[in-house]
Amino acid sequence: MEYEVVIGLETHAELATVTKLFCGCSTRFGSEPNTQVCPVCLGMPGVLPVMNRKAFEYALKSAIALNCKICEFTNFDRKSYYYPDLPKNYQISQNYHNLGIDGYMDISVQGRGNRVRIHNVHLEEEAGKLIHPEEAGADYSLVDFNRAGIPLLEIVSYPDMRNVTEVESYMQTLRKILLYTEVSDCKMQEGSLRFEASISLRKKGADTLGNRVEIKNLNSMKSVLKAIDYEAKRQANSLDRGEPIDRETRLWDEVNEKSARMRSKEEAQDYRYFPEPDLLPVVIGGKWIDAVKMTMPELPLARKQRFMEVFKLSDYDTGQLVEEKILADFFEDCIKIVDRPKAFCNWITNDLLREVNERKLDIHHLPVRPKQMAALVEIIEKGTISSTIAKEVFSEMIQTGKDPQAIIEEKKLAQISDEGLIEALIVKIISGNPAVIEDYKKGKKNALTFLVGLVMKETKGKANPKMVNELLQKKIDV
Amino acid sequence: MKIEQKDIEYIAYLSRIELSENEKETFIHQLSDILSYIETLNRLNTETVEPLSCAINTTNVFREDMLEPSTPLKDALLNAPASQSVFFKVPKVIE
Repeated sequence: MEYEVVIGLETHAELATVTKLFCGCSTRFGSEPNTQVCPVCLGMPGVLPVMNRKAFEYALKSAIALNCKICEFTNFDRKSYYYPDLPKNYQISQNYHNLGIDGYMDISVQGRGNRVRIHNVHLEEEAGKLIHPEEAGADYSLVDFNRAGIPLLEIVSYPDMRNVTEVESYMQTLRKILLYTEVSDCKMQEGSLRFEASISLRKKGADTLGNRVEIKNLNSMKSVLKAIDYEAKRQANSLDRGEPIDRETRLWDEVNEKSARMRSKEEAQDYRYFPEPDLLPVVIGGKWIDAVKMTMPELPLARKQRFMEVFKLSDYDTGQLVEEKILADFFEDCIKIVDRPKAFCNWITNDLLREVNERKLDIHHLPVRPKQMAALVEIIEKGTISSTIAKEVFSEMIQTGKDPQAIIEEKKLAQISDEGLIEALIVKIISGNPAVIEDYKKGKKNALTFLVGLVMKETKGKANPKMVNELLQKKIDV
Repeated sequence: MKIEQKDIEYIAYLSRIELSENEKETFIHQLSDILSYIETLNRLNTETVEPLSCAINTTNVFREDMLEPSTPLKDALLNAPASQSVFFKVPKVIE
């Protein structure tokens, strides 16, 4: 039987505030366990949570970036459940009046535009971190509450995706939007950005949805895609055998690349949502929305389109440039100095990215500044150095942070365009290689390339190759 | 509204508390009484009244995103029924 796969994603992003959502404890990652806690985030009796303005504004900004209708009146609700990572035995979240509803995000799938609707965007608090000891037979778990209470943005999509290509584009586009709006650092390895997928199958052409299965414990975008593939196959096999699909939550097993059923989940009404009496409602007026819109940067898709139109760059190149906001900013800073978009695009997407990957550099602290990059491109255009030498200079710039001009002078890398000097060298090479000259005269044309190579080697690559070629040809042909 | 044995057992399960048969009996009566008392409110017509979730007529109260001192580790662990080095210790969680 042929099935259609129906996929929705729930995304959690930790917001980039300095302090937690309801108290002044730090949100810093990697500190000693349980040192960033206080009576509020430990759920002590009698404490009063007070909303972090920045967290609320980040959530509002995200909801606007995702084209949501902003609820004029929002408040917070208690979601009750018992789990050791939740100190209060309830999570402060939003249920009845989500901050943003009915939005959408445009994604690009293999060059074609596609729209995924956003069901809602809301703000809630993060839970603590459970550590399961590795020793065999351990009958306990350990809890670190440093993470408890960090502001968490939840973005729930409609089940509008049909294959993993769309899911991949959705995740990458969303990540970029959150980075461009600077509301989250989106570090998946630190858990700042997490995805949960819900998947159902239906017969091709059917318009009702099948029972959906939620998949949790997806630690990377790659595992999201693998888990969806696995789940779609598992459900298809069950349906082919005539077995119904249970509505359940499954946990992805990264090592064995399969999922297993999680113990039966409490139904939604068991969360006993009710309005959080310790927090006051928030009323969001038009003026506030306008003010947030004023701070909205150009979003990645718009920026990509502008780069393609204004600078005539390819879909692929612009895709690489806007992938990281910092790279696109770097690019724009460069062309403000020298108007050579294609050249900068090549340097950034090829050489700079290669150096960053090979040397494992932090893209946010690049050793090369736009001014230096622009200077290098100008030097190449003037013909002071060849493109081969330029790569050497660039590598040196990355290592030392020095200006290209300084490196060229220090290492005496300027191109030799002195005709007399090159000619003298050529005479020396010709007299030293009579056999090669003989070959050339017999018609072995690549002997010339060999001789050019010898001249270049003699000058450590600094001779102007075009000049060497012309002069050499002239000398031999006489 | 009458509370039944299974309702009490379900609420106890959700709250992770164990109740003896005697306690269940006590709570069935107490909860039923509370619910009947609340039900008298239903006699009031509230059709034109917006539901109220907060008794104070104030909105938009925020704090700025400024660091405040956290609780020292040893004090944070002081009330924990069990701890191990820098961690709270809980019965094994299985997923």
